Amino acid sequence: MAYKPPKQGIAGQIFDVVTLLVLTIGALYIPLYLGLAGAAKTPNPVANPTWEALGQNAAEQQQWTALGITDPAAANDIITARFDYSFSWVALAIMAILVIGYFVMVVRLSDREYREVIEERFSDKR
Amino acid sequence: MANVTESAPGSQRLQLLRVLGPAHVWALGVGIVLVGEYMGWNFSVGKGGMIAGLIACWVAGLLYTCVAMIDSEVTSTVAAAGGQYAQAKHIVGPLMAFNVGLFLVMAYTMLEAANAITVGFLLDTVAGMLGHEGLNEQPFIVLAIMFLAWLNYRGVLATLTFNLVITAIAFVAIVTLFVCVHIGVSSVPLDFSAITTDPLPYGWIGIVAALHFGLWYYLGIEGTCQAAEEVRSPARSLPFGTMAGIMTLLIAATMTWYICSGLIPWEYLGQAGTPLFDAARVTGSTGLMVLLFVGTAFATLASANGCINDASRAWFSMGRDRYLPSWFGAVHPVYRTPYRAIVFLVPIALIFALGAPLDQVVTFSILSGLLGYTFMTFNMVMFRRKWPLDTIKRGYVHPFHPVPTIVLLALCATAYFAVFLGYGTQLSAMMCFYIVASLWFHFRRYRYVSRGGQFSMPWPKPSGY
Repeated sequence: MAYKPPKQGIAGQIFDVVTLLVLTIGALYIPLYLGLAGAAKTPNPVANPTWEALGQNAAEQQQWTALGITDPAAANDIITARFDYSFSWVALAIMAILVIGYFVMVVRLSDREYREVIEERFSDKR
Repeated sequence: MANVTESAPGSQRLQLLRVLGPAHVWALGVGIVLVGEYMGWNFSVGKGGMIAGLIACWVAGLLYTCVAMIDSEVTSTVAAAGGQYAQAKHIVGPLMAFNVGLFLVMAYTMLEAANAITVGFLLDTVAGMLGHEGLNEQPFIVLAIMFLAWLNYRGVLATLTFNLVITAIAFVAIVTLFVCVHIGVSSVPLDFSAITTDPLPYGWIGIVAALHFGLWYYLGIEGTCQAAEEVRSPARSLPFGTMAGIMTLLIAATMTWYICSGLIPWEYLGQAGTPLFDAARVTGSTGLMVLLFVGTAFATLASANGCINDASRAWFSMGRDRYLPSWFGAVHPVYRTPYRAIVFLVPIALIFALGAPLDQVVTFSILSGLLGYTFMTFNMVMFRRKWPLDTIKRGYVHPFHPVPTIVLLALCATAYFAVFLGYGTQLSAMMCFYIVASLWFHFRRYRYVSRGGQFSMPWPKPSGY
């Protein structure tokens, strides 16, 4: 016999939407609020900067000027900032487990649901 | 796409209109993505340097070629509203479909928010150049999103025809800049000396890291299949429009890298908000500046427009299937658009556009896209196994299976590592979100979903079941 889903009331529909909204907004904003988001690009400014000291040739100096930055000091942080790509292997392993575990979980639970779908859909034709 | 009414006996089913051709499919795909040439891609140069940015551009191009090949086969066969969502529902199962629906909504809504942020930033930059510092960007962000949502509300044909025109103009702007610089219009010469003096500032790991934002060149091309129920001839138009779109983007991406890397110091380029417009500024040509201002504005609007179209279709489809409250599965009685889904997603886009930094929003969008591409790999394998080639008619059969699938999976794994380098917290937060949302769906929401009714394609029983 085909499964008859219950009818969901308005309050339940609103609750479900709010739950998803809270999850979605939380996923992005919690790391932001905790100051954990974003790559750490740290400037290493040189003392008494000149274009030459910052490694900029004549053509590049023209380009900086055309972009509205004529003072090497103003470009000091931009030119010397670098990402730090050192990482923890433990953190990498946790990330890999999260991604792989997530897909394994979803595919397995999906398959359980899918078998019910196929059984109901094709049992009518037997 | 669809019907709105609960199928009460005798009630009339409202269907989405089949009015689109291959050019609209091209415009939908390229329209969403072309903004990736106008902003965001350049963060890949910041993460790895000039050479790393170029390699990321081509490697990401390879990844998306695999995506387009796989997607064209499955979509031309599962021509239903929701695109990959409908594919997952028929091939993998309901929970996967729910997740894919969320990937699509998150990726497109975040991309829409990123576009609106860029519109505000562009106007602020131009106002500053004209002597009006400190422009309040927020009204323009709100206006852009509201206007495009209204356009989508009124009808898909007008929306995508609008996209076709402004996308074409934005593409022509890139080609014009490329040609003009080559015939000597720029007062500042192209300079690629950083390739020899500072080729890989982060070493080889920088090339991997750059792939993170390299995806931004093409992210969203898979959105072409969202219009599956509104295309006159899906089996022909979807593969043609998608493959033409990826070729257009490969050309535009390479030209963009070449011009921007030659005209802008890589350190500036790596953090610029509007790199193509900045390149036009460096040329000193007022005409080019105006053209690239228009191009940037049009590219962002076209992208946001396509994103609203695609995100609302995915949300609507989930509502129609009761994966979400059925209230969202309604079609407008006059305009035949999924109007409730369109309106509902507006405030979500605004929350992120007004409150989050651009690189965070971009990363959120990229991560959702990346999860979707990972799904495509095993979805393709399951599709061929459950329905071998001789069991159902396909509109398009992609060659060399399973090579594109294996390449795509390898590139996705590399891209996860690239995101991990610097943005690991967001990746972890997002995975936690999808895990919790999956558990919520499986243990709570799924009880409201009918079982057999989810499988709507006229296919034979899948082998192995």
